[in-house]
Amino acid sequence: MAVLSILTYPDPRLQRKAEPVSVFDDDLHHFIDDLTETMYAGPGGVGIAAPQVDRPQRIVIVDVRPKLGEDCHGLMVLINPELAAWEGMAVGREGCMSVPDFTGNVIRAERIQVQAQDASGRERSYECEGFEARAIQHEMDHLDGFLFLDRLVSRKIDLFRRKQYQK
Amino acid sequence: MSQALLTVIGEDRPGIVAAVTQALFTADCSIGDASMMRLGGYFTIMQVIDYPRDLGSVEMALDPAIKRLNLRVHLDPISSVALTADMPNTRVTVYGADHPGIVAGVTGALAAIGFNVIDLESESSGSAERPLYVMVIQGYAPEGVESVRKAVVPLREREGVEIGVHPIEAAVF
Repeated sequence: MAVLSILTYPDPRLQRKAEPVSVFDDDLHHFIDDLTETMYAGPGGVGIAAPQVDRPQRIVIVDVRPKLGEDCHGLMVLINPELAAWEGMAVGREGCMSVPDFTGNVIRAERIQVQAQDASGRERSYECEGFEARAIQHEMDHLDGFLFLDRLVSRKIDLFRRKQYQK
Repeated sequence: MSQALLTVIGEDRPGIVAAVTQALFTADCSIGDASMMRLGGYFTIMQVIDYPRDLGSVEMALDPAIKRLNLRVHLDPISSVALTADMPNTRVTVYGADHPGIVAGVTGALAAIGFNVIDLESESSGSAERPLYVMVIQGYAPEGVESVRKAVVPLREREGVEIGVHPIEAAVF
């Protein structure tokens, strides 16, 4: 296992769209181990996406236990993740390992259902809310080349948001 | 470099920000924290600027824009002290039927627990018959978010407004 180095803004490699994973082999497993270790070593330590370590593949790892204890799904390896449903909106302040020294208000869905493959390629589905849902949405943005900076809103807009539901 | 607080007020129209910031740029000033927004029919700018020479040359650079756009401008030199300000840890949102005394009531309760208002934005909206007042305050509560929740409880009834108290935490992902 190894801690990988994190790309930081404005590195253009953070803006690439990541490719789906099609081969679930030992190389992938080694990479997931390294990515997990890199996540735990980071200042937030609750989420990471493969593009942040210069591997443009659709791989996200989230483990919000450092923040929420056992009241969550624990370690989730999300490969080729898709949001199947989302509900509610909430404003929260986010920072990112790839954007040091800066935080901003971002609107995210309050509850999500995410479908993904695990490290062996099996289909999985998770329902998450609150902080865990926010972490997943933040990391999934990296797969499409988005940073939270792309989603900043002013406080006035935060205030006048309207609730929207979509299934 | 010295610092000053620049205040600009003028009837709202396109081009005010561009004219003011271009003038500051040509006078070798740089812009720090800034609040620029429309209030009523007026556009307002309050911003910290760093200027290299004297304030007179800043005023001179701004003069054509002031005359062309009929602006009122004020420059206050300020001492360049390090940021001692606390970061906000609490957001208070208030909304309800508009009536006199909402701001005074809420901020009075906050001041009593040592809450430092760092940012307050408010807007009167709704229809003329049913005016709605909305306010968002961000600030630092030395005793924490719970102390703010307790402090605003009596106000809900007395002022007939909805008051939300939320922690401001930055989650690093």
